Amino acid sequence: MHWLEPFRYSFMVDAMLIGALVGTVCAVLSCYLVLKGWSLMGDAISHAVLPGVVGAYLLGLPLAVGAFVTGLFCATATGWVKANTRIKEDTVMGIIFTGLFALGLVMFTKVQTDVHLNHILFGNILGIERSSKIQTLVAAVLTLGVVLTLRKDLLLYCFDPTHARTIGLNTQALYYVLLALLAGTIVAALQAVGILLVVAMLITPGCIAHLLTDRFDRMLVVAALSSVVSCVTGVYISFFLNAAPGACMVLVQALIFALAFVFAPRHGLLASRRVKG
Amino acid sequence: MSDASTPLSIEVTDVTVAYTNGNVALRDTTFSLHSGTVCALVGVNGSGKSTLFKVIMGFLKPAKGTVRIGGRPVKEAQKRNLVAYVPQSEEVDWTFPVSVWDVVMMGRYGSMNFLRIPREEDRRIVRESLERVGMSEYKDRQIGELSGGQKKRVFLARALAQRGRIMLLDEPFTGVDVKTETAIIDLLEELREDGHIILVSTHNLGSVPEFCDRVVLVNRTVLASGPTAQIFTEENLAKAFGGVLRHFKFDHTDLPGSARNEVLLLSDDERPLLLGQDGAPKRSGVGTKTGPLVEDSRK
Ligand SMILES: Nc1ncnc2c1ncn2[C@@H]1O[C@H](COP(=O)(O)OP(=O)(O)OP(=O)(O)O)[C@@H](O)[C@H]1O
Ligand SMILES: [Mg+2]
Repeated sequence: MHWLEPFRYSFMVDAMLIGALVGTVCAVLSCYLVLKGWSLMGDAISHAVLPGVVGAYLLGLPLAVGAFVTGLFCATATGWVKANTRIKEDTVMGIIFTGLFALGLVMFTKVQTDVHLNHILFGNILGIERSSKIQTLVAAVLTLGVVLTLRKDLLLYCFDPTHARTIGLNTQALYYVLLALLAGTIVAALQAVGILLVVAMLITPGCIAHLLTDRFDRMLVVAALSSVVSCVTGVYISFFLNAAPGACMVLVQALIFALAFVFAPRHGLLASRRVKG
Repeated sequence: MSDASTPLSIEVTDVTVAYTNGNVALRDTTFSLHSGTVCALVGVNGSGKSTLFKVIMGFLKPAKGTVRIGGRPVKEAQKRNLVAYVPQSEEVDWTFPVSVWDVVMMGRYGSMNFLRIPREEDRRIVRESLERVGMSEYKDRQIGELSGGQKKRVFLARALAQRGRIMLLDEPFTGVDVKTETAIIDLLEELREDGHIILVSTHNLGSVPEFCDRVVLVNRTVLASGPTAQIFTEENLAKAFGGVLRHFKFDHTDLPGSARNEVLLLSDDERPLLLGQDGAPKRSGVGTKTGPLVEDSRK
């Protein structure tokens, strides 16, 4: 096959464009997630959207709305249970999101839907319908707009919530804004990579950027670049491997992370070896 | 922006604070501070100094009593960016990708518009604040790449950059060298001249009479509060510290047979406090005088 072959199909080009957009949103949010230590939160919310998707189908609502609601429910329920028991937060979260995910699976077998479970779990970037495309686009653009507008407040909130409160920022509100942004991002990424792999898109770009730079604004740019590159190459490669594009995207990201981990100029493995002598 | 016309005060009235585990850290605490003062908050470990700061900041809700700043609730004071606070230990992630400059600039956020775009004025204030704590040359360092004392100075600079007219400093001198300590003290005195209220907790009993015009002694409640000369006496300190203070008596008499010239040295482990025979605190340079003093005392 010729190496330009994938570009001759409009579904491939579309997939690359959507991948690039979704990748950018995920990358920007992943910077906050990684710095705040919310990786598990990303995993939890992404699994918790499943019952919401099925529920929204039953009610005839856009799937994105259902996903957003159950995603947020998972996060707030975790906070509430944690405040009322001695059990630690990550444990509570583990119970709640697996519970919701299981509920979603049971609902799925009981409800006749024309949504394929595989598409929800693993994404369907090559065959996104028009309506889903619009949902993805809206979720992505909204989320990106809000994060970039509030990026300094969110950064201060992640870095030093005490100081944020001292200068009169509403930290409670910022907490919920960040949660809502996370849920919005997951909704945007759902069609592209699916529930099971979306967490990778939400963590890896931020980690790569954290290894490569010591300034937050540069971190945003580096994360977005690495994410866009891996999403586009992922889709491209999947054409030749005949593999799931979502999985290819995540795989490329993991490879870039491995490279950064070893070769990062200041915080890489080789650099610290060199210093140790 | 903190506007200069508001009368400045902190009023803590009858405050009782209990932690969620039922531990009552402060009981019936009352004191007040007014414009143009540097006040020391002194007490043993666990006496409730940090707790008192957290209550004034509104991070802990008192079970009983009220805290008012400039006659208004704490929340309003924060909205108006009136209070700057430097906690005892910064619980931040030191690998965070922010520079010294970025951190100090965060002190300005409260007076910027919601996009937080720094104006020339903000940059000038940040530059000045860094200069005042002697950290200008480190402005581009990532914050994790600093020593403990340098980190402390950066957060102090951030509080300065905030330009709050009330400053709460929880043990700012721990782990800071003498040169920086002197610089910070000079700074606090300047701020007092400008009419600020500064509340500093410290274990450096020796330096308290040097720069604090008022003292609040705490041990799970306010034991005494008022002007340094009246409050900072052996009797009150003994009450605040019980048997915990190191206690040395030197008979500083050059001529045998002359009147006794006894000096008392009290220490809570950091810089010691010297009390003369009249019981009044001796000022300044206490630490360095102890050496010759001991040599001179002929028995
Ligand atoms: N989060 C907490 N939960 C329960 N009890 C606490 C908590 N923080 C402090 N305490 C208790 O409250 C009391 C006052 O503590 P606080 O931190 O105010 O003391 P401090 O005067 O600042 O001491 P130090 O000189 O060591 O800084 C102590 O007995 C402490 O054990
Ligand atoms: Mg303390």
